[in-house]
Amino acid sequence: MDFSHSDDRRMLADTLERFVASNAGWQKRAAATKSAPGYDAALWAQYAELGVIGALFTPEQGGFGGAGFDVMVVFEALGSGLVGEPFLTALMSGRALAAAGGREREIEAIVDGSKVIAFAHQEGAGSYDLDTVTTTARADGAGWVLNGAKTVIHDAEGATALLVSARSAGSDNDAAGVSLFLVPAGTLGLTINGYQCVDGGRAAEIVLKDVKVDGAALVGAAGAGSAAIRAAVDAGLLALSAEALGAMGVVRDATLEYLRTRVQFGEPIGRNQALQHRMASVLVEIEQARSAVINAAAALDGAADVRERILSGTKYTIGKTGAYVAEEAIQLHGGIGMTWELPMTHFAKRLVMINHQLGDDDHHLMRYAALGRAA
Amino acid sequence: MDLSFTPAEEAFRGEVRTFYRDKLPARLAGRVRLGQQLTKAQQEEWHAILHERGWLANHWPEAWGGTGWSVTERYIFDMESALANAPRALPFGINMLAPVLLKYGSEAQKAHYLPRMLDGSDWWCQGYSEPGAGSDLAALKTRAVRDGDHYVVNGQKTWTTMGHHANMMFALVRTGDSERRQEGISFLLIDMNSPGIEVRPIITLDGEHEVNEVFFTDVRVPIANLVGEENRGWTYAKYLLTYERTGMAGIGTSTAALTWMKGIAARQKRGGKALLDDPLFAARVARAEIELANLSTTSLRVVASVAGGGAPGAESSMLKIKGTELRQEISDLTRRALGPQAQPFLPEALEEGYNGEEVGGEGSSAAAPHYFNLRKLSIFGGSNEIQKNIISKMILQL
Ligand SMILES: Cc1cc2nc3c(=O)[nH]c(=O)nc-3n(C[C@H](O)[C@H](O)[C@H](O)COP(=O)(O)OP(=O)(O)OC[C@H]3O[C@@H](n4cnc5c(N)ncnc54)[C@H](O)[C@@H]3O)c2cc1C
Repeated sequence: MDFSHSDDRRMLADTLERFVASNAGWQKRAAATKSAPGYDAALWAQYAELGVIGALFTPEQGGFGGAGFDVMVVFEALGSGLVGEPFLTALMSGRALAAAGGREREIEAIVDGSKVIAFAHQEGAGSYDLDTVTTTARADGAGWVLNGAKTVIHDAEGATALLVSARSAGSDNDAAGVSLFLVPAGTLGLTINGYQCVDGGRAAEIVLKDVKVDGAALVGAAGAGSAAIRAAVDAGLLALSAEALGAMGVVRDATLEYLRTRVQFGEPIGRNQALQHRMASVLVEIEQARSAVINAAAALDGAADVRERILSGTKYTIGKTGAYVAEEAIQLHGGIGMTWELPMTHFAKRLVMINHQLGDDDHHLMRYAALGRAA
Repeated sequence: MDLSFTPAEEAFRGEVRTFYRDKLPARLAGRVRLGQQLTKAQQEEWHAILHERGWLANHWPEAWGGTGWSVTERYIFDMESALANAPRALPFGINMLAPVLLKYGSEAQKAHYLPRMLDGSDWWCQGYSEPGAGSDLAALKTRAVRDGDHYVVNGQKTWTTMGHHANMMFALVRTGDSERRQEGISFLLIDMNSPGIEVRPIITLDGEHEVNEVFFTDVRVPIANLVGEENRGWTYAKYLLTYERTGMAGIGTSTAALTWMKGIAARQKRGGKALLDDPLFAARVARAEIELANLSTTSLRVVASVAGGGAPGAESSMLKIKGTELRQEISDLTRRALGPQAQPFLPEALEEGYNGEEVGGEGSSAAAPHYFNLRKLSIFGGSNEIQKNIISKMILQL
């Protein structure tokens, strides 16, 4: 057994951490959030140049990394700087395209930063359920006509195209019969209504009304999109969990520092055993969360049946621990922990809201149990 | 034991319900339901409505405009107010300062300030906390020095809720340097329009402006504005704090918030089914309801034990801890219920008169900000850790 990262990976992490420390930050994120696309496009190009986007994909997929542990080190570094650029979007759409096959040109454009392809799968009626797709795709000569709506799709406003899931066969909650389409921005009938998110960044409501696309827009085989969606979500679950880990580290350090320096009743508040125990529990839970992320990183490249279950176990852990760490940190800071001005609170908000992306702790707890029964 | 209300109390409940049905503007109730701040004008509008009915300062002595209600009637009133999503009367004057003036203030102070609280002439804020004096309130440094028939005040207060709307502040200031820090503190009433006062906003993590920093530079306060005796302010301050805490069980508020949350969970879907039918979510809701039922009785027991009037003692700390934890939990469930649709942040939807569409349905964009805002409940009014210290010391005698 070896719990240290390889030299290459550590170099990637070091470079990225330094870049993030001098180029990212909650103020930048908050400022960029106010208008589309919700992030700094020039900075995105720099990340691409550094090779950070490529590190998320295997050489076969068109990148130069792509192992679970690559995804982990990248997203942990991003989380420690509250980076708002569209990494998760790039990872998920890229992984879906790679799984479907035949989309090398698009992946290349994602990796070099020239294209942002939003992952437009989530719908209101299903929320976290991966198979619920009510958006329809009707064959129309050699092309397709899409109708439906997608909810809270991140980075959609600045995207060059949307990767849209739509049902070409089967009923609302079937895994089979879901197809994926690349819909270029600006296509007639496609509406994108953007807004800010509570924890920074931007997302949008998508409406597709008689959107006509040609046959080449179909990604992979008709009706077989589910596997590609799952590949994207698997990677996304690991990425979000690692991002949370990065944010937890920042929140932990800030809170510890505050316990040491804030004086009340003539001594640092950290002298109170009641608070020492609270902080000790936070530390223990974060270490458990790190182990969960390591489990997920190792599982991402492994067999499908084990992989999904482990990823759900990880996201459950992160959802629960993220909110716990955030709430404890705010409480232990007292009034200061309630202020916009304090960097820590922005990390805390991100930690809570990560539980609203790709399934919360309840969802993944149930999924973990269900996958265990099926095995 | 008998947990039921008497017919007279039930009749009273009916009277309160009728009042809210007829007099509470839907616009105000809508904001309260979502946990949104009222504007100054809206708050004043509501005060006037309550005052007209004679219910604004219901716990005051009748001679000063109170109602003479029993503690049970007051409980029923508070409960029905919350269930109707009625705005709370601003607590700083009516609920906090008034009991202090009634007990320790001069006749002139009572005659001047109490009627002005009722008719809305004065809007009060609380000047206790300072940057270096939060949980350790007695560490406060803002100083008042006698100069003829004035005090000259220098220093800084912080976290002053609604300080940007207030024209008056009751403040704790240092007037003496005795060995016991508590013995050199006085209770002063300060006109916020005095020269030398500067109010600066503090923006909270949900992007709202409700608290402020207040700076004092050579502010002259007439000696007549001293409450009680010089250097005895700590006694008055603590008396006030027990009143501040008692209101925090929030049974009615929690009941209303639970109902609202269940409405969201009934229309939100998971895998095509209603979230309220999801076993894990249903269990979370059930736990909150059970806690609430228990707390409701705990709260009534505390109320009954002080049925002779006055303020409860260390028991109010129990209500504060449990009540605030429960309100925070319900706000967590509301945010959770919205799933991915809790993410959108629409500052414009929080403003009055917004009638655009919200992603997760009406009021959904308030859910996550409100959850973050309510983190304050376990911090202010004496943090929940401080309440546990009080229970350890006063009840457990540890
Ligand atoms: C939204 C909001 C509105 C407010 N409105 C007002 C207002 O209108 N007027 C006013 O005067 N004040 C107001 N306050 C201030 C509030 O009363 C203080 O925030 C509170 O007393 C805590 O003080 P602090 O923020 O300095 O935290 P600190 O006292 O620094 O506490 C930090 C942490 O240490 C813990 N701690 C401190 N001492 C101990 C101990 N001995 N044992 C165990 N734990 C301990 C606390 O519980 C907390 O978790 C408001 C605060 C907020 C957040």
